[in-house]
Amino acid sequence: MRQRSQRRRMIVGGAILATSALALTACASGESGSSGASTEELTGRGPITYVSSPDSSGAAQQTIDAWNAEHPDEQVEWIELPLDADQQRQQLAQNAQIESDAFTVLNLDVVWTSEFAANRWITALPEDELPVDDMIPATVDAATYNDTLFAAPYYTDGALLYSRTDLLDAAGVAEVPETWSELQAACDAVLALPEAAGMSCYAGQFDKNEGLTVNFSEAVASAGGSLYTDDGTPDVNTPEALTALEFLVDGFESGMIPAEAITFQEEQGRQAFQDGELVFLRNWPYIFNSLSATDGSSAVADKFGVSPIPGEEGPGVSTLGGRNIAISSYAENKETALEFIQFFVGEEQEEARLELSSRAPVYASFFEDDAVTATYPYLPTLLDSLESAQPRPKVVQYGTTTAAIQDEVYAAISGDKSPEDALEDLQAALEEING
Amino acid sequence: MTSSPIAPTFTTPRVRRASTQHEGRTASLLLSPTFLVLALVILYPLLSAVYQSLFSAQSGLDENGFVVEGESFVGLGNYLDIFAGSDSGRFYNALFNTSVFTFVSVALETVIGVCFAVMMNRAFRGRGFLRAAILVPWAIPTAVSGLLWRWMFQADGIVNSISGNQVLWTAEGFASQVAVITAEVWKTAPFIALLVLAGMQIIPEEVYEAAKLDGASAWRQFWSITLPLVRPALLVAVLFRLLDALRMFDLPFVLIGPRKSSVETLSILAWDSSNQLQYGTASAFSVILLIYVAVIAFVFIKLLGADVAGSGDERRQRKAAKAASKGAVR
Repeated sequence: MRQRSQRRRMIVGGAILATSALALTACASGESGSSGASTEELTGRGPITYVSSPDSSGAAQQTIDAWNAEHPDEQVEWIELPLDADQQRQQLAQNAQIESDAFTVLNLDVVWTSEFAANRWITALPEDELPVDDMIPATVDAATYNDTLFAAPYYTDGALLYSRTDLLDAAGVAEVPETWSELQAACDAVLALPEAAGMSCYAGQFDKNEGLTVNFSEAVASAGGSLYTDDGTPDVNTPEALTALEFLVDGFESGMIPAEAITFQEEQGRQAFQDGELVFLRNWPYIFNSLSATDGSSAVADKFGVSPIPGEEGPGVSTLGGRNIAISSYAENKETALEFIQFFVGEEQEEARLELSSRAPVYASFFEDDAVTATYPYLPTLLDSLESAQPRPKVVQYGTTTAAIQDEVYAAISGDKSPEDALEDLQAALEEING
Repeated sequence: MTSSPIAPTFTTPRVRRASTQHEGRTASLLLSPTFLVLALVILYPLLSAVYQSLFSAQSGLDENGFVVEGESFVGLGNYLDIFAGSDSGRFYNALFNTSVFTFVSVALETVIGVCFAVMMNRAFRGRGFLRAAILVPWAIPTAVSGLLWRWMFQADGIVNSISGNQVLWTAEGFASQVAVITAEVWKTAPFIALLVLAGMQIIPEEVYEAAKLDGASAWRQFWSITLPLVRPALLVAVLFRLLDALRMFDLPFVLIGPRKSSVETLSILAWDSSNQLQYGTASAFSVILLIYVAVIAFVFIKLLGADVAGSGDERRQRKAAKAASKGAVR
């Protein structure tokens, strides 16, 4: 009897172990290497891979097809990553950690560039062989780490203020607001109108994800501040940051920002504006097409306009979004990779992609081209926004940094912490991350 | 007791021992591929995770701004940080959430699952349809059901418009916990129902007929016949659900979002650390979760005697003992 029950215990134990071990298997990797290249010669020719988020427009595929037609011996194979940016970053980082040569050309979010460069996961690029002088300076800055170019700007993104121009006209507001107090005044006038019953004034992205970091750092820059000093020390416990955070906190308290906006990511805000529930919305250019749809899905088609986001004392400062293209340090055929990047971000291909994709090119010249602005009327406004745009914190530990910002700002706007306490705690958290 | 209680009577002891030894060797030989696979896919990752959890990745920047990486052995330092470090509040909060989600949702699932099983066990028209309808939530992948419930719970979603309230389910707070538990119960009650139904279908009809003859009410039949006889199946179902719910990750992650302290579970913490490339801490979280799961399972088995390994003779003995004690009461 004893033997039997012992064996039984073993089986039970094995079953428990098996079930719970599933939780572990994902975390049991992680040998880290420290070798890497910085400014070596880019050599080697042959087939390469392009590793990127999916592109539903088909524009990037068109560029790759064009390259492959010209280079039969140096074919580019597209490796598609998941749509979720966190998962993309994780796969790219894991590939770098095992020093695999499977990924050659990497499509990186602008905010990952510093982390990838500092870890030597990507190779420095020769600045004089890329057309960086013709590109919008802010985009090149976002591809640079420690005064060295590590990536080539691919497309760019900036904030726009969408406003209900029909209601502004009806309320007799002549100009779209350029400052936060003008924004409030415009709302007061518009919301007094009978046709604006039930509407709310303003929303951005305030759910606890990257959108909140974007909106907060934009507000700080728009109040004349900065999250980091020029030498990279965190500096958030400042009067400017307090003004910015109070703009958001007071907005929620007074109802200028509707309470449900604390659950808004890009899409929920887009939906609310499109359904006619908001007078003003801060969002990216990509929603322009949905808003102007005339098939009945949008209640605001032809009733809205775009302008740069407002700030404390004048037009606000946008955060810079977009993507960069870089070469993995562990890849083969780096010479081909560099040529492919030159081809990919070249003016000719950027122009060809505009026919399929509304992603903003990185060359200022397109923003004033009549043929292009006829299709994308928001481009001149976006250029204004981009010329003054600030990159998000250029820190190596971007993941922990953005998480700390989200933690504290979210606590403040949900009323769990006073703005002063939140900024003080954020300063402490960022100092700890910086080490 | 000897090692082989049902030995054939016509063999001599010596031959018997030889043949069992031979059988034992064959059995080990036949089972060795299984053990090898288990060792590869379970034992190795497990030991590797424990080993990894004793290291910490240090990173600093050199004068050119490049990361200088190094892994150093920190012993139990990662565990110490988790239990008593500056961020330990986050761990205890996650431990609390994990426990609350598990016990509340498994309790609700059990009650609802048993009700479903009773319904599905009845013979009536449209029973096949009802069974299929109840099982649909179980068939939907968790991440998809998380998205589904996210749409229903969003500020202008169907839940708010039906109830006429303006509850912000996907923001922080109690409402988000309710949302997670609702979705979890919706998804997994069918699992309990399915296992309990299987248990119910092997209860012989005669027992119920006898009870009816004795004039037992339907309620009494359920308490005195169905529930005791379905108990082994129910306990196994509940145990599986407990182990599963303790590892809860995808539902709060998709439905509410990462880094929301009111729905952060231990698995989410492990994910978060590995996402920050802190594999040592991530492994330590996973090892703690493993131990917690193992302890809960052990206590559950000891306390309620769930028959996971299915040793039939014990079950028969218990049943006999129960019948005897029942007879004594009557």
